[in-house]
Amino acid sequence: MILRTLLANPRFANWLYGFTPPERGVVILRHRRVYIVPTRMGWLYGATLVVLLLGSINYALSLGFALTFILAGLGLAGMVHTARNLARIAVSTGRAEPVYAGESAQFRLLLDGRVPFERPSILVRHVGSGAQLVVDVPAKALAEVVLAVPAAKRGWLALGRVMLETRYPLGLFRAWSYVEPDASCLIYPRPESTPLPSASADVRGGSVHARITGSDDFSALRGYQPSDSPRQVAWKAVARTEKMLTKQFSGESAGELWLDWRLLPDELDLEQRLSRLTGWVIAAQESGAPYGLRLPGSEIAPSRGDAHRAACLRALALFGTA
Amino acid sequence: MSTLAHPLAPELRVLNGRDLAGLLVSLILVVAPHAERAPWWLAVLVLFLYGWRAYLGYVQGPLPPRWLLFALTAAGVAAVWAHYHTVFGRTPGIMVLCLFSGLKLLETRSHRDAGVVAFLCFFLIITNFFYSQSIPTALLMCVALIAITTTLVGFAAPQRPPRANLRTAGLLLAHAAPTALALFLLFPRVDGPLWGVPEDAYAGITGLSDMMSPGDIAHLALSDAVAFRVEFHGKPPPSAERYWRGPVLWDFDGRNWRAGRPVIAKFKPPRGGGQTYRYSVVLEPNDYRWMYALDTAASLPPRASYTADGVILARRPVRQRIRYELTSVIDPAPDPAANPAALRRALMLPPAYDMRSVRLAHEWREASHSDAEILRRALDFLRKGHFMYTLEPPRLGLDSIDEFLFETKAGFCEHFASAFVFLMRAAGIPARVVTGYQGGDINPVDHVVTVRQWDAHAWAEVYLSGRGWTRVDPTAAAVPGRISSGLEGAVPVGEKIPLLMRSQLHWLRELRYRWEALAYKWNIWVLGYNPQHQRELMSLVGIRDASWRQLTATLFTLLGIFIAVLLAWSLRRLARPDPVQKAWKSFCGKLRARGIERSPYEGPRDYAERAARGLPQAGSAIHRIGELYVALRYGRAAPPARVDELRRLVRDLRLT
Repeated sequence: MILRTLLANPRFANWLYGFTPPERGVVILRHRRVYIVPTRMGWLYGATLVVLLLGSINYALSLGFALTFILAGLGLAGMVHTARNLARIAVSTGRAEPVYAGESAQFRLLLDGRVPFERPSILVRHVGSGAQLVVDVPAKALAEVVLAVPAAKRGWLALGRVMLETRYPLGLFRAWSYVEPDASCLIYPRPESTPLPSASADVRGGSVHARITGSDDFSALRGYQPSDSPRQVAWKAVARTEKMLTKQFSGESAGELWLDWRLLPDELDLEQRLSRLTGWVIAAQESGAPYGLRLPGSEIAPSRGDAHRAACLRALALFGTA
Repeated sequence: MSTLAHPLAPELRVLNGRDLAGLLVSLILVVAPHAERAPWWLAVLVLFLYGWRAYLGYVQGPLPPRWLLFALTAAGVAAVWAHYHTVFGRTPGIMVLCLFSGLKLLETRSHRDAGVVAFLCFFLIITNFFYSQSIPTALLMCVALIAITTTLVGFAAPQRPPRANLRTAGLLLAHAAPTALALFLLFPRVDGPLWGVPEDAYAGITGLSDMMSPGDIAHLALSDAVAFRVEFHGKPPPSAERYWRGPVLWDFDGRNWRAGRPVIAKFKPPRGGGQTYRYSVVLEPNDYRWMYALDTAASLPPRASYTADGVILARRPVRQRIRYELTSVIDPAPDPAANPAALRRALMLPPAYDMRSVRLAHEWREASHSDAEILRRALDFLRKGHFMYTLEPPRLGLDSIDEFLFETKAGFCEHFASAFVFLMRAAGIPARVVTGYQGGDINPVDHVVTVRQWDAHAWAEVYLSGRGWTRVDPTAAAVPGRISSGLEGAVPVGEKIPLLMRSQLHWLRELRYRWEALAYKWNIWVLGYNPQHQRELMSLVGIRDASWRQLTATLFTLLGIFIAVLLAWSLRRLARPDPVQKAWKSFCGKLRARGIERSPYEGPRDYAERAARGLPQAGSAIHRIGELYVALRYGRAAPPARVDELRRLVRDLRLT
């Protein structure tokens, strides 16, 4: 219920947690941001101490008092040590490689202990998705945590709130803190696995078309799809195998392959179109042929290589998102 | 999202082999001392349960089903009940707790159960203190505490090597120490129990009782348990004069002497007399109200009362170690005042018993002119009668006095005292048996006199007109060696006497003396720490007669300070600025003052480059600073010499 209140009132939460998201650069968990409460074990420990104290008083056991008081001191020391296990830890984010929608974004968090002692058993949990991991931060070194956050939609996925929690060393107290580093991951549209359009696609209602210059540079046959030109169909092979096959051509002479928004069937909605285009980009990249991408209002000239692919996918991911 | 499994939740963390080993070690340490008092089958059963769990942990087998554990629990509790006829007394309760520790271990799968077992260990530690609060017990329990703490740390950090966890446990306990000390010293202590304690809570205490039968004291003399310790302010009296008076026994039924109900009287210090001694006594619990005093007490401890037969009584039975200050006079001026009723009581004899002795006493009466003469005859009779002093007196029948005096002629001090008082009464002289302790061992290390159960003694007091009650020690008359050279010299060679009493073992004695000196301090300052000590401690800091409110206030102030110090410590190592970073910041500040401010995008090398161009007179230093900073900040190692160089360069940088 408290959690719900906090989610409903982000400003209240910001005040409570002591920061305003998102936080740029390295986030250092100051003491103000580390909260601590006893765990259930802690309460049980407290109850144990009360019983031990009563027993010591009743039976006038001097060493019973000594034991009870040592345990009380141990509890307090444990509390300070638990808070210390999180205090002033530095959280920074690494680069999150883009992924396709439906996969998990791999957010890399770097926890810098910055102290000459170990910080064992720190739970890092992504509040939104529940992705979590327990790490030990070594003395004077970094620990890397990869949070696999499910990516449902294309576009930028912000990391959001991350909780750090520890119960080390005695498990009697639970210290936690929230961070919301300024990290986001680019999510490409969910790819639709589909064959490439033929290079000489039939472009309806426009002057743009894919032209074939070296149709003799035959490279392979592939299954026919409705958008293929009848001129590309390998009729001889069809006669032989009784399957519709389309000839494919490669190399420079294969001409420019345009992955064009307008090649897509009308019945597809925006996301489906983007998915189909994404599938084409993947397929085109695999075929090795240069390809260009044409979207309403933007165009990426045909090229090859990973950078080109990334640019195309990025354009698709961010299409229509300002 | 709150339904997600929480990897730190103890109920979800599975106990691993190392955690189990830690728990087993802790349990064995805390349960081991109980093996001494447990029935053998229980010790075997508990050990079997531990072994079973260890085996299941080793082979990673499934834990026994719940019904089996229930059955075992029921059977175990029933067996304890059959053995002790109850499960609610102290010892049976502890035995059941030991049993539960094994059964709980057998259903321990997760860290939550393991935590419960660890807390059970704390209870088991405190149960040991019911029986012993000695230094060895305390040390053993310290070891157990370290083991438990290490195990708990191990739960929280399963990947770390056990040594690191042990170090952390040590650090935690060290940090706990100041708080524990402050609480121990200042937590307001209450006198007496909060509620009733079980009937058997004080069973098994050895010592004198309010009844004496033949053989009782001889039996007591085999025990080396400490009765009390005495610290004299000044020179202690010689051993032969150290008669520690305890219960006075008036009523004889032919076999047993009984003290009867104490008659409280107004305390009247003796008027002058012999040597006066001031001393403090640390009395071990004995479950009776007697507070032993040397000879004749000349003062009363606060809140104590005094009986007509000169015994000091505490307000309540002594069930914990108490300390009191006393003054005594040895050989006080005669006090002939006596209560006629008491004198009549001191002449009572059981009818128709020991007729031979009665006749002997009558003969003495007829042949003598005074009580003093009868006394002399009686002592002569004992001295010349070839009586044997033995720790193994023969059993006596119905006419115990006759049999001892005329047949067996062998006995311990209670036989002599009993027979002597009988003879005196038969001869018409009021007499009573006094039990207590005689002598005691002076520790050459701290000069504390330790009186043990083997110093238990019984003697007589006779009422002589004009002198009042006078001590007579018939044992001293019959066996002079008993008082002059102690038990060891008095009993025949070959009788078993406690090992430490044998004088051949000098080095052992030496060691024992040192140990006892330490134990004495331990008893006074640790075990005997009480509200009075608290008040004394508070008066050291200027608060006289501190109330519990003042104690609590001081306590919380101290605790606040400790926590603040602990927090400061925990932050100190976190907050310590990196010297390299600090030097760099100061460098940037100096340059900014000269109008060369670092842009956010500018790397240190570029910034130094630009600054050096702008300030050519300091160019080389600026270059070097930039170089060092980059090397130290981003390089692999940071040699202290270079850090120092950087700091010096920045400090000496003059940008005029």
